[in-house]
Amino acid sequence: MALALKLPFRRQSADRTQPFRADEDKRRRMVISPEGVPIPFVLASRGARAAALFLDLLMITSAMVGSTLFLIWVAAGVGIEVESGESPAHRAIQALIIIWIVVMFLFRNAWFLFFELGPRGATPGKRICGIRVAARASGGNGGRLTTEAVIARNLVRDIELFMPLVFFISASVEGGDTELAGWAGLGWFAIFVLFPFFNRDRMRCGDMIAGTWVVEAPKKKLEQALSVGEAARGKSVQTGAQYTFSEADLGVYGEYELQVLERVLRENRAEAMRDVAQAICLKIGWSAGAGDERAFLEAYYAQLRARLEAGMRFGKRKADKHSEKA
Amino acid sequence: MNAVTTGLAERIGGWFSKPSESVVAAEQAALRSDRFRLEREADWKRLDAILKRMEAGRTRALSDEDLLALPALYRTAASSLSIARETSLDAALVAYLEALTQRAWFLVYGPRASLWSWFRSFLGGGWSASVRGMALEIWIALALMVAGTVVGWLLVEANPDWYYALVPGGPGEVRVPGASREVLLRTLFGNQDQNGMSVFAASLFSNNAQVSILCFALGFAFGLPTMLLLIHNTALLGALLWLYHGQGLLLDLVGWLSIHGTTELFAILLAGASGIHVGRSMAFPGNLPVMDAAAAAGRRAAQVMTGVVLMLVIAALLEGFARQMVDSTPSRLIVGVFMLVLWCGYFFAFRRGAR
Repeated sequence: MALALKLPFRRQSADRTQPFRADEDKRRRMVISPEGVPIPFVLASRGARAAALFLDLLMITSAMVGSTLFLIWVAAGVGIEVESGESPAHRAIQALIIIWIVVMFLFRNAWFLFFELGPRGATPGKRICGIRVAARASGGNGGRLTTEAVIARNLVRDIELFMPLVFFISASVEGGDTELAGWAGLGWFAIFVLFPFFNRDRMRCGDMIAGTWVVEAPKKKLEQALSVGEAARGKSVQTGAQYTFSEADLGVYGEYELQVLERVLRENRAEAMRDVAQAICLKIGWSAGAGDERAFLEAYYAQLRARLEAGMRFGKRKADKHSEKA
Repeated sequence: MNAVTTGLAERIGGWFSKPSESVVAAEQAALRSDRFRLEREADWKRLDAILKRMEAGRTRALSDEDLLALPALYRTAASSLSIARETSLDAALVAYLEALTQRAWFLVYGPRASLWSWFRSFLGGGWSASVRGMALEIWIALALMVAGTVVGWLLVEANPDWYYALVPGGPGEVRVPGASREVLLRTLFGNQDQNGMSVFAASLFSNNAQVSILCFALGFAFGLPTMLLLIHNTALLGALLWLYHGQGLLLDLVGWLSIHGTTELFAILLAGASGIHVGRSMAFPGNLPVMDAAAAAGRRAAQVMTGVVLMLVIAALLEGFARQMVDSTPSRLIVGVFMLVLWCGYFFAFRRGAR
């Protein structure tokens, strides 16, 4: 870690977050909003989706088992016996049981539909995993998530997930070959589970048919502006020193380095700031002091940003320290 | 500080962050991009607060002004994002605006209908409109089913051994070639004492429900498995018809089947048509990209398939209860034909509220 922080300005650094960043870049899709503004979507990782599904199924099963047990307990308490018989009372109980079966079937489906149609576009499991459903962009243009699309993707989920179970149960009920049914179910299951691994947008079959994809739910807080403090104008509150940098001092770095500096300032760790301050001093030929790193870096950040943004307004951008343009 | 400055500072300080940190008047900021940010921050934070409440499902608790302001605030955020990308090098600010715009987008362009209002429009015209939208596929599926029945009959007639290949037989199966008239008759009538619940449960998870769901699911393989499934399963029907015809019980069998069969076979027909619809739109997408064509067809097919699930539940109820209660061929036929007329009328004559 210390090594990575000592060389924060080097693009090819041995940064530990490098593989993670590469993965996120691979999952990033630029989608143009109806207003014509490109907005980045980050596709959900397959692991997050599997975890979300697991959590949802856990919640659904526990709700179903819990409420059924509760009803049985109530029935036992009232004195109703759930056994087959021919009296009208037994018929009525049978009818109630049928209604209960249908209600459970609807509950399982309504769980996904209700939550995915809500304002968060996510079931509780997806919410915990920080992902949501969105309409897939066609040709770069984002669309509207429709009710039909959500229904379609959830209908197909039933087929992907529960069909093997139905194979198996019906085979064992009808006295068929359960081993064969088991293998068939497994093959079926494998096809659909592996489906997201074989397309670029990580869609499962239901996503493909419904025109949706699953993305990371955006969540960012507005950070404090760094360049409005007293130190940003060059004056250190702590020591009273005034830091002013010349054109040549600021010309060595570009936008990439500015953003690394911004990250370091926001993380606000003394050790990292000392290393960065030393690196900058070495580069611009200042003698590095100690104890006033934050004020020094804030001043450098604000002045470098002012310079680069002024260049931006005139169409001159400097991507990083290797770029020729100033 | 002049009056404008204090007013602005109050406006910004009135939101969530600590006042000591955030009350920075725009005029005091050194950078132009920071002035831009500080002037608009109040709008962003207002949008943020509105989104937070809507995401928590408290849309009704929002005031009318907030609700009316949402689209305008969303566009403000989107245009702020465009400007910030071109003028500001504050990476955290751009990331915040990207997330804010995306969240607002999801709500402004979200699903228009809740589940309940969707269900009402589904029953009140949406379902039948989708069914009518795939008329060609319905004709194809119907032709395949008729062809399958005829093929099944002809195959078994030519060689009764085919019967065992087509109809899955269990150990206690009495409906086999060579069965006597009495045995076959007993499978059709006098089953009043059967347990309605077990029949219902069995039929809901029976062959037919699986077939209809499979018909739809396999549509994305260009609809070919769907067609094969339709033919195979109606061949079974043809074989059964041939068996009862041999003992002069054809009409009784038709009555026995029709009481739930008109609903169930109609459901299978629609499921097959949905599968073919998806498959056809992928094989012949027209001017659209394949994925978009599949998505458009999938959404229509999803409406139809939701209806198919409903129809299968109704068919299971009819099979579990009505068939035991109604024990004569003419009244069974009446129920069956009534259901058929009901479905046809609902799908093809009922056009109110069609979108």
